[in-house]
Amino acid sequence: MQLAARLVVKSAEIMGAERLIPISFAHLDACFYTGQAHVDFVRFLIENGASLAVETWTNNGVVSLADPGLRPRVEDPEMVEGAATLMHLYERLGTRPTWTCAPYQLPGGPKLGDHIAVGESNAVSYYNSVVGARTNKYGDYLDVACALTGLAPDAGLHRDEGRHAELHIDTTALPEQWRREDIFAHLIGHHAGRLSGRRVPVISGLFPDTPSFALKAISSAAASSGGVELWHAVGVTPEAPELASVFDTGDMHRVSAEDLARAHRDLSTAADGPLDAVALGTPHFGLVEFEALVRLFDGRKVKAGLPMLVSTSRGVREMARARGWIERLQASGVEVPVDVCTYHSPRVRGLTGRVMTNAAKWAYYAPGMLGVEVAFGSLKECVESAIRGEVWRDPALWTNA
Amino acid sequence: MMRARMLTAGSAEGPVLSLDEPLSFWGAFEPRTGKIIDVHHPQRGACVKDTVLVMTETRGSGSAPGAIAEAIRLGTAPVAIILAEADINLAVGAEVAATLYGRHCVMACVTAEELESLRGARWIRIASDGVVTPAG
Repeated sequence: MQLAARLVVKSAEIMGAERLIPISFAHLDACFYTGQAHVDFVRFLIENGASLAVETWTNNGVVSLADPGLRPRVEDPEMVEGAATLMHLYERLGTRPTWTCAPYQLPGGPKLGDHIAVGESNAVSYYNSVVGARTNKYGDYLDVACALTGLAPDAGLHRDEGRHAELHIDTTALPEQWRREDIFAHLIGHHAGRLSGRRVPVISGLFPDTPSFALKAISSAAASSGGVELWHAVGVTPEAPELASVFDTGDMHRVSAEDLARAHRDLSTAADGPLDAVALGTPHFGLVEFEALVRLFDGRKVKAGLPMLVSTSRGVREMARARGWIERLQASGVEVPVDVCTYHSPRVRGLTGRVMTNAAKWAYYAPGMLGVEVAFGSLKECVESAIRGEVWRDPALWTNA
Repeated sequence: MMRARMLTAGSAEGPVLSLDEPLSFWGAFEPRTGKIIDVHHPQRGACVKDTVLVMTETRGSGSAPGAIAEAIRLGTAPVAIILAEADINLAVGAEVAATLYGRHCVMACVTAEELESLRGARWIRIASDGVVTPAG
């Protein structure tokens, strides 16, 4: 516990915080194996009798404890064994083993105004922006230190003055129909991240009934292409009922059709053609998305031999299973792995060559991490392409006009 | 006399490796070898082991503390890192490594002007009171 307290105090000093504030929840990223030091750290804590001060959930692991065959040991014995050991140790520490990058899709999480400590970039962005809870992006070890002490530095996004928008991104000039398509959320999120860097943007032109999966897409895309930890959307997110609620003066950017076309090109590194795999669920697929996926397949099947992976959490998979959707998707040839994400090595299944995804975050990272080429498209385009075994473009979608 | 703000305790000295662009310790750096592996980084292939690393800032990654702690554990880390922007991730990683392994990487913060003046040095010594002495 001395180590945890030292880490929190040291970070508070560096951030210039005058005090520490109590938190009510933590979501840990340190359970994602990056080396032996991660294992040594949590083992040291357990051996010294450390215990968690707040409700603490876990991000994805490198391996799946529920589906151990996903990343077989032969791919990288040290990493696969270390990753499983690490996850078991965090269970021993007393975390709730959610193993998901989208913890906000599970019941019982933090609420508007709660101070929390989160490490995973998309979860930081979603909790701050969509839920209105307050966290900085706490890197490995500091996330655990906050969970053990129940404290965080009173600085940055925990404070009102840190939550004002510095950049206004206006999408109202774009046709309404475009803004209602699911692909729009990924493209505007990617573009907003590029424009914002680490600044807080406010977006206008989103609809009050924007579904949570679209807000998830914006959160994750902007956190990947930039370093966005908080964004507002006028009339949508809780702290921005009006533009003036979060923005006085600052940069203004009006989004054009060309901006979105550029984002699409950024995310699509592959020419259209035959596919080697389809990967959805970054961040983890939610219940509403599963419902849409089942509807789009309508009993049809993925082309024989083509891997199609839809990553999610144990919690959401159980909810989807209870509705009969997992069985139907499996009958369509779709695999639904839990506990992990698919864009990093060691590679799962046939993730090589030309891979299609609807997720901006997957499209952003996978070319570098797996050496794959990405065909980026809408959810419908991904499903129709999976059935055909090659990239299909939707003639009714504005991105193909 | 240049006096740095010490982010971690200790003293160190070594040959200077000055980086033209920020480095992400996770993804752009391989702890097993100590080498910069990012193809987009101008110093790709350079080895940071036992150097005094001089750079304005890191490129943020929440996994950076684990990567620097792993490098310190394996002995592939710099002996010191001098930055113009204080970095929580590196300081946390170094503190954890010091506690677990008793090995140190000294981290210090100077002004942007001071940092530029250090880039031409071949050897730098940092004392535990923060005094930075460049040579050659």
